[in-house]
Amino acid sequence: MSPAGPLIEARGLRVERGGAVILDVPLLTVEEGEVLSFIGPNGAGKTTLLQTLSYLLRPFEGTLLFRGRKVGSDLPVLAYRRALAMASQEPLLFDTTVFENVSSGLRIRGVPKREMRSAVLDWLALFGVGGLKDRSARSLSGGEAQRVSLARAFAIRPDVMLLDEPFGSLDPRSREPLIEDMQAILKKTRTTTLFVTHDLMESLRLSDRIAVMDRGRICQIGPADKVLNAPVDEFVASFVGTGTILKGRILRENGDTVLVSVSGSGEAIESVGAFPVGETVLLCIRPENVTLSVPSGRAGSEDPLLTSARNLFSGAVTRVSPMGFYQRIDLDCGFPLVSYVTLQSCEALKLTEGRRVTASFKATAVHMIKKTGDPGENP
Amino acid sequence: MELILEGLRKAFWLLVTFDPEVMGITLLSLKVSGIATLVSLVIGISVGAVVALTRFPGRRIAVTLINTGMGLPPVVVGLFVSILLWRNGPLGFLEVLYTPTAMIIAQAVIATPIVMGITVAAMQQLPRKLRQQILALGATRVQLVLIMTREARLPLLAAVMAGFGGVISEVGASIMVGGNIKGYSRVLTTATVMEASRGNFDTAIALGIILLILAYGVNLVLTHIQQRERPR
Repeated sequence: MSPAGPLIEARGLRVERGGAVILDVPLLTVEEGEVLSFIGPNGAGKTTLLQTLSYLLRPFEGTLLFRGRKVGSDLPVLAYRRALAMASQEPLLFDTTVFENVSSGLRIRGVPKREMRSAVLDWLALFGVGGLKDRSARSLSGGEAQRVSLARAFAIRPDVMLLDEPFGSLDPRSREPLIEDMQAILKKTRTTTLFVTHDLMESLRLSDRIAVMDRGRICQIGPADKVLNAPVDEFVASFVGTGTILKGRILRENGDTVLVSVSGSGEAIESVGAFPVGETVLLCIRPENVTLSVPSGRAGSEDPLLTSARNLFSGAVTRVSPMGFYQRIDLDCGFPLVSYVTLQSCEALKLTEGRRVTASFKATAVHMIKKTGDPGENP
Repeated sequence: MELILEGLRKAFWLLVTFDPEVMGITLLSLKVSGIATLVSLVIGISVGAVVALTRFPGRRIAVTLINTGMGLPPVVVGLFVSILLWRNGPLGFLEVLYTPTAMIIAQAVIATPIVMGITVAAMQQLPRKLRQQILALGATRVQLVLIMTREARLPLLAAVMAGFGGVISEVGASIMVGGNIKGYSRVLTTATVMEASRGNFDTAIALGIILLILAYGVNLVLTHIQQRERPR
C-alpha cells in the first residue's frame, strides 16, 4: 500500500438480486496508477462489480472509499462518478457526430469550449480516429465506434477508468491494433484502470494485477505471475491455463522438496513446498515449464538425460493441437501431462501421436495446492 | 354537387382575399393549439421521461393510465374543464371560462397524455445501457433527461405531430370551454360546426380546407425534419 493509501477501497460489497448473492467482495483496494483486471467466466460477477464500484448499480451493501473519503457521505456520489469514466463492450455512442460524442463528457462538466476542443482533438488523434471527427456516429464501423467510445471516456481525464470488455465485440483485425494502442495509452497516461475481460491473454497484456472471479467472489488477486504460477485453487488453476492439474499425496519430505505420489499412477513428482506427509494436494504444472526431449539416435545415447530438472518422465504423445504460435502436446506419462512447444521444436522432435518422448520439469515448476473437499479418499 | 363546387369556389375566394374574419379564426386556432401543444410538450416529456427512466411502486398503473389518456374523448375533457372553471367551481376564481385561455387548458389536457405516452415508449426503446453510459459520463439527473430526450428526438417529433394534430382538430372541448364567441374564442373547428349547422356549407367547406392545409403544413415541416435526420 502506498503511503497515501489506496485510491479506491471497497469494503463488504454485496449485491443480492432475487434472493441470490451475485456479488460478495469483502475487501478490494485499487492503487493509484495500476491496471487491475478482473477475469472469470460469464456470470462471475465482473460487470456487477464494475457497476457497483461506479455507483451505477444500486442498491448494494458495503462502503466505498475514494482517496479515503466515504462516497455518499464525505464525497457526493456525483463528484465520485465524475472522477470515473467507463467504456463497455457496446460503444453506446450518441446519435450525433464523432466530435460531439467525444466532447460529451466534457460538456457535461462545463469545460470551456477552447479547452474542450483541443482535448477532443488530442484524444481522437491518440485513438487514431482524428479523421472521423465530423462523421455521424451511426456511419462508423465496429472498430471505429469502439475507438470513439474509448476516446470519449479518456477525454474526461478520469482518475479511474472502468473498461468492461472493451474489445469483446471486435473482430481480430480491429481488436489487435486497438489493444496495442491501449497498451501505449495506458503506459503513457498511467491512468488507474479497472479492466473486465474473460480473455486471459488480454488481461496479461494490459494489467499489473489480476483478479480471478467466480460466482460473485474474487478467488485470487495479485500480480499476474503470482496468479499464473501459484493459483490458490483448482478453479483459478484451470482458468489461468495451468494445463496439468493432478491429484497426489505427499509421500515423504526431502529437505526443501517433497515427493508426491500421483493418484492413479505409480509415478511420483518432486516439488518444492512444505506439506505434511500424507496430505492430499493438487499439483499444478504450467505447460510452458514442461520441456520435451527425444533420444538423439546416436550410439551410446541410451544414457539418461543430463539435466537439472528433478522430474523426468518418459511417455507417449497422445495429441498434438495447434495453438497459434505454438503447439499443445498432450502426453501420457502414466499420468496426463501437457506441454507447449514451438512449431519449430514440434517439427525437429517429430512430435506426432504415439511418439515416445522424455518430459522434464523442475521441482520449482510444480505448484501445490492443499486439496480440500474430499478427505479420506485414497490416492 | 353544385353545393360542393360552390363551397370550393367560396373557400378559394376567402383564402385569396385574406378574409379578415377567416384569418382571425385561423390565427386563433394556431395560437391556441400551438400554445397547448407547447405546454403538453413541457409536461408530457418531463413526466414521461421520469416515468420511463425510474422505477417506483404503481409505475405499471401509471403507464396504463397515460396510455388510456392518449385516447381521452375531447368532449369529456371539455365537460370536466368546464365544471372546474365554472364561476362557483373549484377553479372559478380564475375567471377564464369562455376565453382562449380555457381552450388552451382543455387542449393541453388532451395533448399531454398523447405526448407523455409517446415519450415513455420512445425513451424505453433506447438501450438500457445507454442510460448507464450517460450517468458514467458524469451527468446529473437533469442532464440525463436532456441527453436521453435528444437521443429520442425522432420519435419525440412524432409526439409533437400527434399532440398538435389531436388538438387542432378537436371541437368538443373548444366549444364547451370557449363558447365559440365571434372574434374572441372562435376557432376553425367550432366555426365549421356552426356554419354547417346554419346551412352555410360554402363557408364551412372553406374553413375545413384551411384546417386541412394547416394540419398538412405543420406535419410537412416536422416530417421533413424527421426524414432528414435519418440518413441510414
